Amino acid sequence: MTQLLEEIERRQEVAAEPLQKVCIIVSKGSLEGIYPALIMANGARMDGIDADLFFTFFGLDAIRKDRQAKIKVATVGNPGMHLPTLIGVIPGMSWLATKMMGGQMEKLDIPPIGEFIELIHDSGGGIYACHASVEMFDLGEDDFVPQLDGILTVGEFYERSAGAQIIFT
Amino acid sequence: MTTIEVAGVPVERDSEGFLLHTGQWTSQIATDIASENGIPELTPRHWQVVEFMRERYLATGTAPSIRSLGKESGVPIKELYQLFPKGPAKLAAKIGGIPKPRGCI
Repeated sequence: MTQLLEEIERRQEVAAEPLQKVCIIVSKGSLEGIYPALIMANGARMDGIDADLFFTFFGLDAIRKDRQAKIKVATVGNPGMHLPTLIGVIPGMSWLATKMMGGQMEKLDIPPIGEFIELIHDSGGGIYACHASVEMFDLGEDDFVPQLDGILTVGEFYERSAGAQIIFT
Repeated sequence: MTTIEVAGVPVERDSEGFLLHTGQWTSQIATDIASENGIPELTPRHWQVVEFMRERYLATGTAPSIRSLGKESGVPIKELYQLFPKGPAKLAAKIGGIPKPRGCI
């Protein structure tokens, strides 16, 4: 009985241990696909938790020099917008929705993506690109913003993630 | 709630160590909370951040975000994390005797 109680106590202690590190995978290239990951990574650093961001597939747009400033909200195929699809397809809709959301975010002190990546990087967060995606899109290190810490294979990513919580977005 | 005693005066704090009454704050309390949180000595750069946090809170009622802390306190983000490794905004708020910042940024 005492042993059992001790075991329960020990497990509770393990469960209550604070997070040490998070590794967040960003696989989508839309504004709403990228921001949650950035907010989580920055929030982790603000709480003294280590954080790595790993950009894969279209998520790479968030760290591509030529695309970082052009990331938009999806106005089609996004029921959360509550916008009829036929209106969502009108040229400029995505631009307009992004502009409106950007204004609101600035009010809340949420930085634009480029500045946000810089903030996370300066906070000690790691910025990594997925090797397979980089090859698939025929990119090189020069195509990325200077905050890029490296291009990792999936194996290297797992190695860096030892002991961390991995979050896929 | 916990209480610390500084120079013979009891100071009330919440469960995380933030002061309940910001008016009770003194620079001695700041030094004590800092050393309790792994900062043995508050340098002028630490003070610059702590004072900025406190002044901003007293003026606006909310603590600044990490973004404005980096832009406006005169101490860049990289250095903020060197000065307060376990989270600059929260730790500087704690040391400055103001409530825990609740923003996500």
